[in-house]
Amino acid sequence: MAATADRHIEHLLRRAGFGARPDELALYGAMSINQAVNALVTFESVPDAVDGLIGQPGYIGMTIAGAFAPQANINHARQRWLFRMVHSDRPLQEKMTLFWHNHFATGYTKIAGAVGAAEAARYLAAKSTEDPGQVRGQIELLRERALGSFNDILLGIAKDTAMLIWLDGRTNTKAKPQENFGREIMELFTVGVGHYTEADVYAAARVFSGWNLQRAGGAATDPASRQEFNYFANQHDTAAKTFSFAIYPDGGKTIPARAASDGMQDGVDFINGLAAHPNTARYIAAKLYRFFVTDFGAVNVTFVNRVAAVFLQSRGDMRAVMREVLLSPELWDESAYFARYSWPLEFVVRAIKDVGWPGFSVSDTLTPLSNMGQILFEPPDVSGWDAGQTWFSTSAMLARMNFASTLAANQKFNLATAVKSAGASKTPEALLSYFVEALPTAPLDASVTAELSNYLRATGGWSGADAQLQAKAPGVVHLIAGSPEYQLV
Amino acid sequence: MKVTRRQFVTGGVAAFTVTYAVPGFLSDLARAQGAHARNLVVLYMSGGNDSLSMLAPYNDPFYTSRRPTLAIPAGQVLQIGTDSSRVALGLHPRLTGLKQIFDQGRLAFIQRTGYENQSRSHFTGTDIWSTADPNNSQGLGWVGRYLDSLPSPVDPLVGWNTTGSLPHVLQAHTAVPAIASPAGYAFSSPNSGAEAAAERSTAVRIASHVPVDRPELAFVYGSTQAALATLDRVATVASYRPSPAYPTTGFAQALQAVAGAMTKSIGTRVFYVTTAGFDTHAAQNVNTVGGAYYNLMATLNDGLLAFYNDLRGQGLLDDTLVLSFSEFGRRITENGSQGTDHGSASVMMAMGGKVNGGLYGTAPDLNPDPKNPTLENSAGDVKYETDFRSVYAQVLDSWLGTDSARLLGGNFRKSGLGFI
Repeated sequence: MAATADRHIEHLLRRAGFGARPDELALYGAMSINQAVNALVTFESVPDAVDGLIGQPGYIGMTIAGAFAPQANINHARQRWLFRMVHSDRPLQEKMTLFWHNHFATGYTKIAGAVGAAEAARYLAAKSTEDPGQVRGQIELLRERALGSFNDILLGIAKDTAMLIWLDGRTNTKAKPQENFGREIMELFTVGVGHYTEADVYAAARVFSGWNLQRAGGAATDPASRQEFNYFANQHDTAAKTFSFAIYPDGGKTIPARAASDGMQDGVDFINGLAAHPNTARYIAAKLYRFFVTDFGAVNVTFVNRVAAVFLQSRGDMRAVMREVLLSPELWDESAYFARYSWPLEFVVRAIKDVGWPGFSVSDTLTPLSNMGQILFEPPDVSGWDAGQTWFSTSAMLARMNFASTLAANQKFNLATAVKSAGASKTPEALLSYFVEALPTAPLDASVTAELSNYLRATGGWSGADAQLQAKAPGVVHLIAGSPEYQLV
Repeated sequence: MKVTRRQFVTGGVAAFTVTYAVPGFLSDLARAQGAHARNLVVLYMSGGNDSLSMLAPYNDPFYTSRRPTLAIPAGQVLQIGTDSSRVALGLHPRLTGLKQIFDQGRLAFIQRTGYENQSRSHFTGTDIWSTADPNNSQGLGWVGRYLDSLPSPVDPLVGWNTTGSLPHVLQAHTAVPAIASPAGYAFSSPNSGAEAAAERSTAVRIASHVPVDRPELAFVYGSTQAALATLDRVATVASYRPSPAYPTTGFAQALQAVAGAMTKSIGTRVFYVTTAGFDTHAAQNVNTVGGAYYNLMATLNDGLLAFYNDLRGQGLLDDTLVLSFSEFGRRITENGSQGTDHGSASVMMAMGGKVNGGLYGTAPDLNPDPKNPTLENSAGDVKYETDFRSVYAQVLDSWLGTDSARLLGGNFRKSGLGFI
């Protein structure tokens, strides 16, 4: 339960993280905004210790049948990531990982259909330190490079096992080029629709011909055995490929014909060309605006121009880019506060941080999150989740209200105790102000506050007795966390 | 509070807290007197349906030569005759139920539907089919605009989307409920009894204070309000137990909920259902039992057949039109992964008791001559013959009884499209 409120730090942590635990508020609340942003973007100086906290007292629980195996069980992997969102001391790393997961949206089900459930979880979520074959799953790649260079991220994704299955790159050969990855790397990962032609799609498919998978680490029964990227020179189309846009710094649009043995350079050149394309910078900047600043109204062109310039000047250094984003005047404009529709994950994790977690389990978020429209490792398609108003269908809104109810019911004794020890149980008004402060929302109109007051006064007179607090505290937390105002971040 | 239709008819089993004047809303009494509602079920086949594997021009020599592993052998298709260009057409062998419906004259295929410079992007393509606007595909959905055109106040349950999030087709100023499962569509509380009732009534009252000066927030209020106002009526659908049971696929279960909503007469006119997995870039396996495309056809066939038979049994078939779309067809020539990449024009389906079944439009000639007028993109893809907006226009004018030119921003009416 958050104790003190610094609305600016809260705003920052809603955007650069998933809300604020009391200890995060205390830590960042002692800093200036500049210091806080600096701390967030240089998260490597904070030990990456969060996974070691799993299962320890004082942290949110997990419900695991059998051994905890996030490298082989997607349900466990989902719980681990949710645990990290709640308890990581590197909030921006987890937030950026979610940004990239949405950007390079890869779905578990298709991969599981191709290689089986355990292998699919492995290629998506294994940490190299826990895998017998040192497989680093896609999400760990994105987490590790969360604020790295965009070129590196893109190149890593092009060679990523899960991606090679997801967008069928593993079957792309010179005799029969496969267009799926070649199209989406332009449409969704870099320049965006309208900035490439159908001929570019054909050429891009040929660029990546021979970028396939091979088995390594022994026979398939060996635990170290895995499918990994390999460049098959004999499957590469060596002819020149010409695009409608510049691939090289000198403006050259043609990737030259190369010997098959050197042909992997085609893909590297193409990725470098895409990463340096002005529209990639603008496309990423606009997505960052929607994710970190606001998704109300049109994208701010000034912001996009400025952030795109940093992207290009820094050659896609995402740390420099994110420093610019988090210090941008648009983010700090008063109108940007609570001016985003929260993603289900943002809502759920923030609610847990605001309401409390002792005795709660991250597994109890999974079905509600699915009902709200967001399942980790299962974006609806390669374009990621449809954010903004699309999150707020009636059933998704009901799912949010009902999650608020589940969490409040789970925490009812803690809530009653907290409000009592804060001396806020004497009157309905005191209790209401306590919870309105603990669960920051977009401004509540007086009519809404009056309804909440009426609720506290309904069903009998105010005694402040424990039984009443154990009903009214979770009741009002349910109503606040389930309110439209709380859905904005 | 007004006495509602259901209270009037059945003696007040379900008490609505909000009543709406539902346009064209049909009471049980009116139904008993022989009048009919007009329900529209929009079916989205997500991923880009390879219509050449659904409705195969099996005698076209290029069909076989360009699709050495994917073409359905002539002896395997379910022959349904020839179109006006004398091309023999056959259904995928798994579509035995659709063949029955076709034979009963209640299923129409509209061939080569699409638009000029068709997008081969899933996302832009879906947006265009959803908005019926190739030039500005970020606006409201075409069915959403129809809902907005109804006299207000519009009952939130006039539309029912069976997927978790709101599809672009139904995006509107009117909040359309997403009800994936009627059974899970309920309001929970950390308390019970009077305390829980007080929470719920507080939530309903809060939702009524729409902050009109904050439109983005007001949108969330709209969803909340629509959810709370529809809970009780949706709960009645959860008790619907058709016999025989529908298949267990998500698609069939969604159709069962649709039939339930129709049977319980809760006022819904427009439904949205989807069946996914049509992005068959690799291992499409058209001809293998249990193969990817074979399974897609099984899901489609078994769900639609159960729905059709259920509606016929309930006397609701004449009240119902199912209209399918997909964001694009697929390339004619199969790729090296025994799949097909993104293409262009495709086939739409219309099914219902008032449908004039048959084959509309003409099949493509698959000759890879770049000058072949039925193809485009150097004869790589099928060229559209019927603008998809002409199909929408027919539905809007002849089924929903509105003015298609107004809702589509132009006159797309086309003769020879009298499938409804």
